[in-house]
Amino acid sequence: MSAPITTGVKPQAIRFRDPQIEMAHGAGGKASRRLVEGLFAPLLYGNSPGPLGDAGIVDLGGTHIAITTDSFVVKPLTFPGGSIGELAINGTVNDLAVSGAKAEALVVTYVLEAGLPSSVLEAEVRAMAKAAQAAGVRICGGDTKVVEHGKADQMYISTTGIGRLLHGVVIDPASVRPGDKILLSGPIGDHGITILLARGELDMEADLRSDTRSVLSMVEALVGAAGPGVRWMRDPTRGGAGTSLNELARDCGLGIVLQEEKIPVRDAVRGACELLGLDPLHIANEGQFLAVVAAEYADAAMNALSLVPGGEGAQIIGEVREQPAGAVLIATSYGGSRIIDMLVGDPLPRIC
Amino acid sequence: MRFVDEFREPELISKTAEEIRRLAGTERHYRMMEVCGGHTHAIYRFGLKDILPENIELIHGPGCPVCVLPMGRIDDGLSIAKDPNVIFAAFGDMMRVPGTLGSPLEHKARGMDVRIVYSPSDALKLARLNPDRHVMFFAIGFETTAPSTALTIKRAKGEGIHNFSVFCNHVTIIPAIRAILDSPDMRLDAFIGPGHVSTVIGCRPYEWIAQDARKPIAVSGFEPLDMLQSVVMLLQQLKKGEAKVENQYKRVVPWEGNRAALKVMAEVFQLRPYFEWRGLGFISQSALRLRDEYAEFDAEQRFNVPGIRVTDPKAAQCGEVLKGVLKPHQCKLFGRECTPERPVGALMVSSEGSCAAYFNYEHRKTPLTQLSVA
Repeated sequence: MSAPITTGVKPQAIRFRDPQIEMAHGAGGKASRRLVEGLFAPLLYGNSPGPLGDAGIVDLGGTHIAITTDSFVVKPLTFPGGSIGELAINGTVNDLAVSGAKAEALVVTYVLEAGLPSSVLEAEVRAMAKAAQAAGVRICGGDTKVVEHGKADQMYISTTGIGRLLHGVVIDPASVRPGDKILLSGPIGDHGITILLARGELDMEADLRSDTRSVLSMVEALVGAAGPGVRWMRDPTRGGAGTSLNELARDCGLGIVLQEEKIPVRDAVRGACELLGLDPLHIANEGQFLAVVAAEYADAAMNALSLVPGGEGAQIIGEVREQPAGAVLIATSYGGSRIIDMLVGDPLPRIC
Repeated sequence: MRFVDEFREPELISKTAEEIRRLAGTERHYRMMEVCGGHTHAIYRFGLKDILPENIELIHGPGCPVCVLPMGRIDDGLSIAKDPNVIFAAFGDMMRVPGTLGSPLEHKARGMDVRIVYSPSDALKLARLNPDRHVMFFAIGFETTAPSTALTIKRAKGEGIHNFSVFCNHVTIIPAIRAILDSPDMRLDAFIGPGHVSTVIGCRPYEWIAQDARKPIAVSGFEPLDMLQSVVMLLQQLKKGEAKVENQYKRVVPWEGNRAALKVMAEVFQLRPYFEWRGLGFISQSALRLRDEYAEFDAEQRFNVPGIRVTDPKAAQCGEVLKGVLKPHQCKLFGRECTPERPVGALMVSSEGSCAAYFNYEHRKTPLTQLSVA
């Protein structure tokens, strides 16, 4: 497919003019995008970085590798279904996976607050070892810094990973075409709402666990069954699936139309969102991914995913259309529709 | 999900929409105002305009407490919290509302101790946990939230807590509706009445709208089916030439309201002689202050408040949008200088403001019927 897109909207160049850094700049929504595209990209990556994916691809004398980095500042450190150590491994493995790469090696940086009980650190290191083994990735180095008591909140972890590109798949938003299907690996919002409830500020309880896990085996199955038809993937962490799909709409200049009743959301997440005025599409996930798959590969993709443990909840939630160009529209089962924008502000800080 | 999905049932919605089309016919245009910001939000969130016929126009009313709060009040509240001993506590909705020198969130990023609370009693809890500091709760809202503020103040007095105060911005809905009806450029046929406020005040306070102003009003719930059913009720009245108060939201709203809530409000609050509303100007007896018996909990009496008055930027046409004379996107600043991230005008501030709701859900929308796969 090489037909040029004629209906696309050309994304406007973004300039970073915000007078100070606020929590919203770390929330993964509009402000984060402004910071990355308006300050980091022009000064660090050259003037035309192209669409910013979850990992960079480096050409080492003909061998292409994927590289990415991620930091974790989640509060509280442990929560139902996971902990900061597990997130730190899965987050980087997943960023590589949705960039079409299998994580091979990670390095780890710890920023520790003086006074942190050693038992807390040890528990997280053990959680990391276990998650790394499950994801099949080697940890080959690291660094530790300690700051004065009160200058950090217990511990922060940063992981940097390199990955080998999977064969037979090219991730490029420019290859997305009207008619392509939007695939989601499972229910959304579990992680964000779990963290929110784990903080105990809301006096609300629900039987909910973070979805943190490696999505690599699911991505491998998808690529194996539908590789040539896979055009784009993303793990919708901060900012949620709504923000990721807005980034796609902007990068490909096409419209994304979702069917609300097809989007898997657990009742506990829906209920919490209804009460708090949040949209599940803006809530962070740590073990799901979105993919755009050519229509003719959609059945093969769904079949392959449903056979992988953890992929049973996958759904086709919508498709790419020419309109509304550059935006995401949700159609409801009762005949209404609405635009879903990127996350604005920071309703749930320090979620990962 | 129970209590939600029943009111979003596609078949019932399409039947109700059919009934609306039949009643509305094509010969005339209907202008209905939904008073409450919660309704405005729901109309856009559920895409109800896709369901309603074109000759039913919904005008967004003044019932968003964040939107109608003058900027000077935010400046006043923040000026108290410049004292490092003061903790500024407010609902999340307030956090991005700009004052002259930035929003509470921007002040927080610069070091002010600003906390989000989910109820006034959480703010009182903060005061108990921080006995050496002073916690000021920036209270906002209509009769929906005023009773819980009143109850919290009573509790603070009962417990003998001295490091807690309330900066009171509570307003009342009836004078605002009266101001809207008195406005010469208003041409309304009927009102969709505010559901949450009515759980407290009941339906009786609206009777003058039906009797004196001769406008039908239906107190409505917030789900798609609630609002469509309210439109049916209003159309039926208009067709028959009637004007009465109807209660669509019976499952929540008692006709007489919540007596206990009204009692505690009357005990703790009294009416201010007048109060400024953003976009509407000064309205007499439209807001609440603490009674003298509770003066020690009144931040305005306890602290030196500058009493700042800030005029809205001239280019922002909030007043016209608020009265339904202009649609949100017809304002010169909409989507350019004024966005939910960097709001200039009042209605872009809260997610319940009509401009923010329009920007978030409707702006850039392509009608479903015009969508085709290439």
